[in-house]
Amino acid sequence: MKAPLSWLKDYVDIDIPAEELMGKLFSCGFEVEELIDIGKDISGVVVGEVTECEPVEGTHLHVCKVDCGDKGVFQICCGADNVKKGIKAPTALIGATVYATGKDHKTVEGVVTIKKGKLRGIESDGMLCSGAEIGVNGDMFDGGDYCGLLILPDSFENGADVKPLLGLDDYVFDIAVTANRPDCQSIFGMAREIAALLGEPFTEPDCSYTPIKGNFRGIKITNEAPDLCPRYIGHYVKDVKVAPSPLWMRKRLALCGLRSIGNVVDITNFVLLEMGQPMHAFDLATLGGREIVVRRARDGEKIVTLDGNEFTLSHENLVICDGEKPCALAGVMGGLNSEITESTSEVLFESAKFARDSIRRTSRSLGQHSDSSAIFEKGVNEYTTEKAISRALNLIQKLGCGTVTDVCADIKTQYSKLENKKMSVSIKKINALLGIDVPSERIAQILKNLSFEVKQDGDTLNLVVPRWREDIDLYPDIAEEVIRFYGYEHVKGTFLPSALITNGGYSDEQKAELKLKRSLSARGLSEISTYSFYSPKDLDTLHIPADSKLRKTIKILNPISEELSVMRTTLAPSVMQVIVRNLRRGNMEGKVYELAKIYLAESLPLSAFPEERATLALGMWGKCDFFDLKGVVESIADVLNTKFEFVPAKREYLHPGITAAALCDGIEVGYLGMVSPEISAELSLERDAFIAELDYEELKKHSHPFKFNPLPKFAVETRDLALVCDKNVTCGEVEKAIYAACKFVSNVKLFDVYEGGQIGKDKKSMAFTVTFTPKDEEITTRIDGFVKKILSNLKYNLNAELR
Amino acid sequence: MDIESNIRLTDEDVDKALKDVTSSKQLQEVKMSFLGKTGRVSELMKHMREVAAEKKREIGQLLNDLRARTEEKFNALNDKLKKKELEERYAAETVDITMPGRKSESGSFHPNTLIRDELVSIFSGMGFEVFEGPEIENEYYNFTALNTPADHPARDMQDTFYLAPGLLLRTQTSAGQIRVMESKKPPIKILSPGKVYRSDDDATHSPMFSQMEGLVVDKGITLCDLKGMLDEFAKRVFGESVKTRLRPSYFPFTEPSVEVDVSCFECGGKGCRLCKGTGWIEVLGAGMVNRRVLEGCGIDPDVYSGFAFGMGIERIAMLKYGINNMKLLFEGDVRFLKQFKD
Repeated sequence: MKAPLSWLKDYVDIDIPAEELMGKLFSCGFEVEELIDIGKDISGVVVGEVTECEPVEGTHLHVCKVDCGDKGVFQICCGADNVKKGIKAPTALIGATVYATGKDHKTVEGVVTIKKGKLRGIESDGMLCSGAEIGVNGDMFDGGDYCGLLILPDSFENGADVKPLLGLDDYVFDIAVTANRPDCQSIFGMAREIAALLGEPFTEPDCSYTPIKGNFRGIKITNEAPDLCPRYIGHYVKDVKVAPSPLWMRKRLALCGLRSIGNVVDITNFVLLEMGQPMHAFDLATLGGREIVVRRARDGEKIVTLDGNEFTLSHENLVICDGEKPCALAGVMGGLNSEITESTSEVLFESAKFARDSIRRTSRSLGQHSDSSAIFEKGVNEYTTEKAISRALNLIQKLGCGTVTDVCADIKTQYSKLENKKMSVSIKKINALLGIDVPSERIAQILKNLSFEVKQDGDTLNLVVPRWREDIDLYPDIAEEVIRFYGYEHVKGTFLPSALITNGGYSDEQKAELKLKRSLSARGLSEISTYSFYSPKDLDTLHIPADSKLRKTIKILNPISEELSVMRTTLAPSVMQVIVRNLRRGNMEGKVYELAKIYLAESLPLSAFPEERATLALGMWGKCDFFDLKGVVESIADVLNTKFEFVPAKREYLHPGITAAALCDGIEVGYLGMVSPEISAELSLERDAFIAELDYEELKKHSHPFKFNPLPKFAVETRDLALVCDKNVTCGEVEKAIYAACKFVSNVKLFDVYEGGQIGKDKKSMAFTVTFTPKDEEITTRIDGFVKKILSNLKYNLNAELR
Repeated sequence: MDIESNIRLTDEDVDKALKDVTSSKQLQEVKMSFLGKTGRVSELMKHMREVAAEKKREIGQLLNDLRARTEEKFNALNDKLKKKELEERYAAETVDITMPGRKSESGSFHPNTLIRDELVSIFSGMGFEVFEGPEIENEYYNFTALNTPADHPARDMQDTFYLAPGLLLRTQTSAGQIRVMESKKPPIKILSPGKVYRSDDDATHSPMFSQMEGLVVDKGITLCDLKGMLDEFAKRVFGESVKTRLRPSYFPFTEPSVEVDVSCFECGGKGCRLCKGTGWIEVLGAGMVNRRVLEGCGIDPDVYSGFAFGMGIERIAMLKYGINNMKLLFEGDVRFLKQFKD
């Protein structure tokens, strides 16, 4: 929220520099996100009186003598059309800094330093300025918008610095207010907090007014939705004269970034800024039946708001209606039908409390936001609701823009909060929570400064909580108030002197994950982290068919974009994207992995917690082939102390001849393969790419704890066997047959494959090293027998023979 | 020829033969021809039988001397040749050691994994267990149990992705706190790292990021204990001289709540670009666990108190490694990844 220093000073004496106040606010929980120095670019500009003014022939220029009091009298050449003898204007002396403006004499194009110069050969010792040149617009000073000189009142003393005179010595604090302190969303609330902070007295805004008694037509107000509108106050003002607001009001609105519209609307905006209570003014003449009904909208009911947007409403939306139709979207924006116009003569002022949740939902669902809805969403308190209507009526009288009648209605409901909360807190408990000893007098003083009523009874403080402090709930809230003002620098670090020893560290499962990651990283793979959501189109890219179970994705109801709209059911699209991105960036080779979750719904739409299944994905591209990938997959089996069996498999996005499924104890745990040439071409991949995906949850089940194997007591024997068989016999089949033929075979390793002239056309040769490990006896003499058995087995099962 | 002359002659022949020897292999051959079983010295020995008895002693001595002398000559030359040959071999085998080594390309860990592991190792030493809750949560665990009911303005602080009425992608790892406190009685010290999601996507926000939540619940835990623990954390992560600063903030599930800044480790607190001239860097949010939260989990707040803290892992990673753009963490560009070798 924006708070001009000059406005705060109306209610609390602040005699420290703005920067110091900024620091103090920061230490008590209000971060000043920006300290705006209104006149930071302007210097050396004083009040000057034009004592002589002669036109320069053949030009639009005038050569003037300008009396700048104790600064001297200067000859200044001026091109403004309103320069004449006797006027006073801001005068930039040599060395002054002002804004350079564009051709329209308004747009600020930068800051310039005034130098001694000549215009058409005439010496000029300074510059007479327009409003725009010194950053003053019409809302800050009358005449500020004029493209010629800013004419200053005669009362301004020649030579005086213009900054304090024009309000350019002001600061605006842009303060971040935390969600628990909606009472500080205003000049009023912030000034109250600053008064407590500085220990200065707080002056309340003038809320007095004198209603005119008379026999006025009444207004009927009914509240049919007390849960959404705990409090509604309406006050009738007649004889309204819509006119421009006075400068002081326009200036304050301008400092907070609001445009002046006209006195009545400006008063509602002014009160919103000052009191933190959004208000609304209805043109009574437009209200059917001089009646206000606060109710839920009917489903399908329509309203056109002030900005001309039409909305179709539902029973979730709260509306303010007259006898017939909605006239305002409660707390969000008024209706076009009851808007204040120049011809408005009777007004109903509304100050109400609307439920923050209801406003938020309406504002979100309709996409309609306003300063008013922003404040209601954070919450208003009824103390302020009451005060604000009085302040608005005070301003009506002050501005003389209407007659305040005694016709008003204050609808309280069972949801109204009219009483001050009372609580008792223990000083000991407060200090025990903080871990320090704040003296009880200091605690009482801090709370009194914050408008708490405090009565001490031994260790107990009996407190009456200010009505606007709806955030105060339990004694830790009081402890926070205490430490906020006592100072966090008093909190000195201790190391759990009263806590019990606990056991820490990763669980076995977490350790296993880290071990797997370490092994993959050591094998040259880089770990990636990609978004858990992607677009359904990313599944199209991989040719995933419409009926695939991978398409049963959990949809995000309110995604940022289509690109990030469904929870992933496979990591393959994510890995594919990483490969594509790398290749497009010229990273022509790489190996990556990700261990992350996929999200599997039992049924859709989602009605229960889905399964979050840890999955391991691998990606490789560039200088590598299928067997590099397979090697990594096999190493994963090693790390988990298990074994994979590989069988040919199919995936829509992989090469049908270069894809395998990995089985563990006969159960499929994943796949690996080369990205199909078709998809490679569609994605313009300039290198071969390989993807594997393993179901980590399933893998974990097949993982065995490590156990030491005693070294063999007898010699281990090896034999090399070169076999010839039909081309379609696989290495895996041969390995399996060798293992099956002899229980002493501990390892079978392919070391050569040959196809060609030396053997038959449909044949191939594979050479293996077979290792025989003895168990309880010497086997050296039995190896020839084993080999014979292996060969006969191979011949019988696979028609494979020794080459 | 008498045996004495023969001995003399043999001596001379040894010297002659050795003159032409250039390699240890050749030397071995020459040695055999003199000292081998059928070598000349051995042959001479066989003539001892023919020597007269009174001369046997004298001749025997001469022969032994001859053998010893010959062996010595061979050994001396052998040493010399071996040394020379070794030097030749060294010269021949010398490689250009500036040529590149044969190494396997090393992989890397995601910065989040490195930071997460570092944080876990710091806090597990203090007795913290690691607990990972589900990423898809319900409103109860993510909000309600954390003292953030439906109408609470704090729900605005975090734009939430909904998957179904009441089911959402967790916006904070604090959701895990509740699951732990429901199932475990104090003393509790847990860390809860994991992915969280918020509907924010710009230069400094990512719709998915990681948090690490810490929670301590025991008897007599104070705000000073929170400060002490975070002091230790800051020193270990950012450097021994780094200090922490608490300042008031607001989270619905803690009261009092604090924002924790660390003194800028880049400039030592003087003010630089990293700390935007303030000398301090915001690193995490924390506070004393709200009594209502404890109560909701069946923990008596009059007996136990606790604190919680939560930090963005990416933020710590970016600060610690000087990563200038959050997007880099999720793009998978290998030029980025390969820098994080552990």
